[in-house]
Amino acid sequence: MLMSYIWTAMIALSLLAAVVTGRGGELASAVSQGAQAGITLVISLAGSICLWTGVGRLMEKAGVTGALSRLLKPLLGRLFPSSRQDPQLAGSLSANVCANFLGLGNAATPMGIQAAQRLARRSRDGIATDELCRLIVLNTASIQLIPATVAAVRSSLGCSSPFDILPAVWVTSLCSAGLGVTAAWIIGKLWKK
Amino acid sequence: MEKITDYIVPLLLLGCSAWALRKKENTYEQLLQGGQEGLKLVISLIPTLVMLLTAVTMLRASGAMELIGSFLAPAFRFFGIPEETALLVLIRPISGSAALAVGTELMAEHGVNSLVGRTAAVMLGSTETTFYTISVYFGAAGIKKTRYTLPAALIADFTGFFIASLTVRLFF
Repeated sequence: MLMSYIWTAMIALSLLAAVVTGRGGELASAVSQGAQAGITLVISLAGSICLWTGVGRLMEKAGVTGALSRLLKPLLGRLFPSSRQDPQLAGSLSANVCANFLGLGNAATPMGIQAAQRLARRSRDGIATDELCRLIVLNTASIQLIPATVAAVRSSLGCSSPFDILPAVWVTSLCSAGLGVTAAWIIGKLWKK
Repeated sequence: MEKITDYIVPLLLLGCSAWALRKKENTYEQLLQGGQEGLKLVISLIPTLVMLLTAVTMLRASGAMELIGSFLAPAFRFFGIPEETALLVLIRPISGSAALAVGTELMAEHGVNSLVGRTAAVMLGSTETTFYTISVYFGAAGIKKTRYTLPAALIADFTGFFIASLTVRLFF
């Protein structure tokens, strides 16, 4: 439902702005240009998405995800203390983080939901616990090894080294995850239960 | 910097295939099956991206994007975030495909290797659709009172936008 409002607002805003700036002609031609650009974008993304979901499946089957989650165990135990007594929760938590890390959005969400449901058993009356809040913040900060979609857009626009943004992306997502979790921890201390 | 980053992706491809072979997986078959899933995802993306790029192109052509940008410019300038990315920053936490559409438009308009184009790419690569994540996870877990989740997640998002602008300035 939210998207319906956003879409309508975007159209209304452009119409309003076109009247103010007197760019009616550009607005009219933008309609068909935009639709065309949508198809062009999907076609230019298709190859990369196809390749990287293939690589993602390979990594999952070959046990890369499992190896990563063993590495993450100590860190996750600190962030989510209840995962220490609950091996199943620890499993879905690390699978969630690893899938996000490897850019497997489709695999990350079901694992994250499983973790959220197990964490929710410890909460009362549908009130989010500190650990649940932390899980969401960790997921919204998206620490990703290969941002394949963005790189595909860049190369479709003629960029010769689409992956040169990797270091910047890594630093950025580590900072935002770190600060997000810290902020959650501080607000969690101050927030009344 | 470019020299090193050029080799990350090919090395990753080799590493994965070699690891999978060592584990006696049918490497090629798994790649094909994954690719099949990927294509299904691509097809499901078509209508969303067509609708959203239409709306975003209209926003650009009508001058609305510049209006939003100039409205928010003082705040953006204070944090050193390029004001051209205003719409991207606003829409990123709400809709992933809308953000992809806006980001693509920005990269095409300003150039992929421009400051704005690179910042938009880093922003897209390092943040997530916050509102969607909250509603899906908490909806499935039956949580009704989200307490401080939204402010904390938005702080993480904002840090992402800020650091993205900073790293692009520093690294390039």
